[in-house]
Amino acid sequence: MAFIQVRDVHKSFTTANATRHVLRDVSLDIEHGEFVSIVGAMGSGKSTLLSLLAGLTMPDRGTISIGGEPLRGVHRQAAFVFQNYSLLPWFTALENVRLAVEAAFPDLTRDQQMMRASDALANVGLANAIHRRPRQLSGGMRQRVALARAIATEPQVLFLDDPFGALDALTRETLQQELAGLGSQSDRRVTTVMITNSVEEAILLSDRIVPFVSGPPLDYARGALSKVERAPATLGAAIPVELARPRSVAQLAHDEQATHVRAHVIATLTTAAGRRRPPAAASNAPSAVLQAVAKETP
Amino acid sequence: MTKRIVHFVLPLCGIAMAIGAWWIASCMVPDLPSPARTWEESKVYILEPLTKRGETDQGILLLAYYSLVRVAQGFLLGIAIATPIGFLLGVSSTLTRMFDPIMQVLRPISPLAWLPLGLVLFQKSEPAALFAIAVCSMWPTVINTMLGVRAIPQDYWNVAKVLRLSKMTTFTKIIVPATLPYMFTGYRLSLGIAWLVIVASEMLTGTPGVGGFLWQEYNSLVYAHILLAIITIGVVGFALDRLMGLAEAKLRAV
Repeated sequence: MAFIQVRDVHKSFTTANATRHVLRDVSLDIEHGEFVSIVGAMGSGKSTLLSLLAGLTMPDRGTISIGGEPLRGVHRQAAFVFQNYSLLPWFTALENVRLAVEAAFPDLTRDQQMMRASDALANVGLANAIHRRPRQLSGGMRQRVALARAIATEPQVLFLDDPFGALDALTRETLQQELAGLGSQSDRRVTTVMITNSVEEAILLSDRIVPFVSGPPLDYARGALSKVERAPATLGAAIPVELARPRSVAQLAHDEQATHVRAHVIATLTTAAGRRRPPAAASNAPSAVLQAVAKETP
Repeated sequence: MTKRIVHFVLPLCGIAMAIGAWWIASCMVPDLPSPARTWEESKVYILEPLTKRGETDQGILLLAYYSLVRVAQGFLLGIAIATPIGFLLGVSSTLTRMFDPIMQVLRPISPLAWLPLGLVLFQKSEPAALFAIAVCSMWPTVINTMLGVRAIPQDYWNVAKVLRLSKMTTFTKIIVPATLPYMFTGYRLSLGIAWLVIVASEMLTGTPGVGGFLWQEYNSLVYAHILLAIITIGVVGFALDRLMGLAEAKLRAV
């Protein structure tokens, strides 16, 4: 049995005037120590899947289990990194991390918790900024604090919700590289599920890439383009990334195998997205979608 | 230079015009003392602000001090009751549904209506005054604290969830700090109301203080002192609001 097992999960949200089906028959196996990226366009339901895995919300149907136990609420040894950092503005970087350490290791003394927190911050290169508040830190530094907060609890499972999505391209690349480094240097590998809309980021970090495939629009036939409602999304076939580690962005740009994986992922995503488009636009759908993917990468 | 005009000269012009209007009014109403006469008759209170000549015949600062102490007691009592209620209503929509109608009915009741009830309940004027101040001033704190809790972004609740924080830790480390600016806005408004209520309650109970002084001078037909009391009430209220505003700004800067 896989470490994380998702079986036939279905999720919909009901608002005052409509029910929106977001996920349909989603099944996924993730092995212990594996790094899996879920790649898809914005608004496709990736974040919904991740919050289900993290136990923040409950599925309508289907089961999720972690380590053989069915998931009820947030897993004891899971950590989560949000796209918008979600640091508490009234605490310093150190206090933000210590809050997580305190909750994960209540038996440690206050000094030991402080030590662990400042070690985690030093690990992400913030040794000199531990007493600053989030608003005094740049976006990249804030996300490092969030990363330190997640890693300091020594989680078995790490959920990353588009962790670098809000960062500029250069900071993004540096942090990706550092995350790859953190993964390869630690003796025990943390099972990680990351959500991203950057194929490059997924290839750099993952063992496997799972494309997120949206369903076709439901009401083309009815011609009601103004309120196009998509069918619930589901997962495409996983694409293995069997590239040696450590990887670097520069090396991946020219690597033959990486090029192959990249083409494969983009093809899967664009055919899936192509089905979303009106038939008339289908002929030039791939290029349009590539532009869309490029635009969605800030 | 222009900045100095805007911040200093313009307000002075406004004050001068108000005093002018007062002077014109005093020429038309025979009983209304002119600004000059008011100053002449009240200067002993202002120039010797801390002298005690009799039960209500005291320096203006001393009178204001009595009122402030009473306001502080009633206000602290009010927010001590209002803050926990605000948190409870913010967290639980069931409780809000239950108590919202009662709150809406109690909120617009005037201090003049509460005071006799306080006298019936406590038999003495001092606790009755505190009761009236507390009951009237608590509503802005209840409502703002409640809104503050409701306005906590989902992100922070998610942090509490993923870090698996206990209920107590979530309360002290997330709910309270996130609500603090709203709470302080409530405190500021509550203090304003408490100061409004003090005059009414002192007038009705005849206790020494600015309001008691005002009522006594009216009864002894010294109209200049009424104006002195009114101006004092305004200046003190303004100063209180400014102080709370400063505290609030400091809090938001954190």
